[in-house]
Amino acid sequence: MNSTSTLSSPRSDATEQPAANRDADAALVEVKDLAKTFEVSAPWLNRVVEGKERQFVHAVDGVSFRIERGKTLALVGESGCGKSTVARLLVGLYAPTRGTVRFDGQDTLAALATPAGRALHRRMQMIFQDPYASLNPRWKVLDIVGEPLREHGLVGDLPALRARVAELLHSVGLAGADCEKFPHQFSGGQRQRISIARALATQPEFLVCDEPTSALDVSVQAQVLNIMKDLQRERGLTYLFISHNLAVVRHVSDAVGVMYLGRLVEIAGKQTLFSAPRHPYTRMLLDAIPDIHMSGRARTPVQGEVPNPLHPPSGCAFHPRCPHADARCAQERPPLQSLPGLQVACHAVAEGRI
Amino acid sequence: MQAALVRFLDGDVWHSFRKSPMAITAAVIAFICIFCALFANWVAPHNPFDLATLELGDARLPPAWDEEGKAKYFLGTDDQGRDILSTLMFGARISLLVGVASVLLSVVVGVALGLLSGFAGGKTDALIMRVCDVMLSFPSILIALLIDGVGRAMFPNAHDTLAFAVLILAIALPGWVPYARTVRGSTLVERHKEYVQAARVIGVAPARIMRRHVLPNVLGPVLVLATIQVAQAILTEATLSFLGVGVPPTQPSLGTLIRVGNDFLFSGEWWITIFPGAMLVLIALSVNLLGDWLRDALNPRLR
Ligand SMILES: Nc1ncnc2c1ncn2[C@@H]1O[C@H](COP(=O)(O)OP(=O)(O)OP(=O)(O)O)[C@@H](O)[C@H]1O
Ligand code: SF4
Ligand SMILES: [Mg+2]
Repeated sequence: MNSTSTLSSPRSDATEQPAANRDADAALVEVKDLAKTFEVSAPWLNRVVEGKERQFVHAVDGVSFRIERGKTLALVGESGCGKSTVARLLVGLYAPTRGTVRFDGQDTLAALATPAGRALHRRMQMIFQDPYASLNPRWKVLDIVGEPLREHGLVGDLPALRARVAELLHSVGLAGADCEKFPHQFSGGQRQRISIARALATQPEFLVCDEPTSALDVSVQAQVLNIMKDLQRERGLTYLFISHNLAVVRHVSDAVGVMYLGRLVEIAGKQTLFSAPRHPYTRMLLDAIPDIHMSGRARTPVQGEVPNPLHPPSGCAFHPRCPHADARCAQERPPLQSLPGLQVACHAVAEGRI
Repeated sequence: MQAALVRFLDGDVWHSFRKSPMAITAAVIAFICIFCALFANWVAPHNPFDLATLELGDARLPPAWDEEGKAKYFLGTDDQGRDILSTLMFGARISLLVGVASVLLSVVVGVALGLLSGFAGGKTDALIMRVCDVMLSFPSILIALLIDGVGRAMFPNAHDTLAFAVLILAIALPGWVPYARTVRGSTLVERHKEYVQAARVIGVAPARIMRRHVLPNVLGPVLVLATIQVAQAILTEATLSFLGVGVPPTQPSLGTLIRVGNDFLFSGEWWITIFPGAMLVLIALSVNLLGDWLRDALNPRLR
């Protein structure tokens, strides 16, 4: 069993097959050893005067995964673990420090730099977290949703643009007449639908969703999530879905990756991960959610503080918080190992201690 | 266009304008001054530069309400028999022209450099900001004097229009720094907002993102600053002209008028210098008040 199959949905029954006409086993998105380091040093003059070192944050440090066509990979983890950075690396907003992102077999970084690679922008889009900041406050919805259409020359004249924007608005449950309004005339949930409509304008295959519902009311969250699921079914979309809400993740995902301080610590199919989590951190996260029936374990809040990413702990970054940590954990960084049906980075699991 | 007008009249800015007596007064005064200046050719009772109409016998007449004054020279006349009221209007036109032109120039330069600085970051940003620091560590009047001096030395028998161009440049050059700083700051804020990132994901080119997304969203503070800077530029021009290095004497600005009139102050002919001075104060004050009001109106946190 190769690592591709580890990520396939445990429920990949016939009804959920995407409309993709390619080899069902091929991954649409393949990320290898992706890393991003940010320099957060003081300005050069201050460093010289105050004799400080340069400082770096390893926001993402060697992450690898694949997402199959038509499937949803969710990334979870506490704040600051590098989820958004992964998202931005995938759509080309950041250049990686190391590693590659392949989209449909193409190296995206190399492709986006070429004029022909601009077409890649049409094939992958992103939905952002903040429905208030992600729409230009001075633009009408027509211009916001129409921007990708104009940019890629997908519509001829204004009437065609209007018709297409109205169609896109309908597909996310808004009225065509809304295109004359400004963002401030909409609620958070409606704005997020506008964002989705904009992201769908170029008929992309891959959508990166960075906490698309975490700024919304619970009732509205469900609506937006259902729209996203419907769209996925209709259009065979592939999602990278970022969230720190495990209930949401359980609702939308096929596979789940758990991140801790820039690294993937466990990645598995949804059923496997929720029913038999292996990594101590995954277990801690699952223990903290109230609405999932636990198999006899007592519900406990997530314990301890996330360490300062500027000075991550040695060895396994989780060892200061881990109930199973031993001397080896404090020295040696555990690699991500493939086990049947999942991958996990933990010495205790590898040694069979847990 | 019509829709934009309706939106403006409905909007907060217009509403806050109507509620502010200060803003209305300032606007009326500024409007009258600007109107008289712009249409001096038609509004002014005399043409002070038409030598044929000047009568030396009418020189140094006091204002009309004085016993020795004449009704046709409401604010009196200067040493060459020119009507003060008319020279005021023509002088204000020169002052406003120089002030507005130099502010426009510094806005264009400052906004462009600020956008570039904020968007490009890194070395470009550092370089532009250091230049700003250097500019700010010289008094701007010194820079203006320097440029003006260099300009005059390079073109000793220059044409009047060139003299104007040098003057405008001299006032504009130290003036771009505040725009660059303001715009850089707002650009840094805007470029990290998700709507800009969304445009990048769509594939919009950086130059176009700057022009279509960032620029309109950073112009609010620039507008406020520019209004206040117009008053500042008019004062700088007056200072330079007062020092005798400003506009050519054939086209006197308010500053020139004040300087010329100054010579007569001690012989009791106060009106020759006081009225241009009052006009200058009136313009600068009303424009400044408008700028202050605009800043408050555009800043939602102050309301
Ligand atoms: N542009 C940047 N410059 C410097 N450091 C950054 C930058 N972006 C992210 N970081 C740092 O990288 C780490 C990961 O940030 P990231 O935004 O990816 O986390 P996240 O998992 O999305 O968190 P959240 O749940 O709060 O959104 C953090 O420590 C953050 O401070
Ligand atoms: S490697 Fe050690 S410290 Fe890290 S999670 Fe596993 S047991 Fe805990
Ligand atoms: Mg994030």
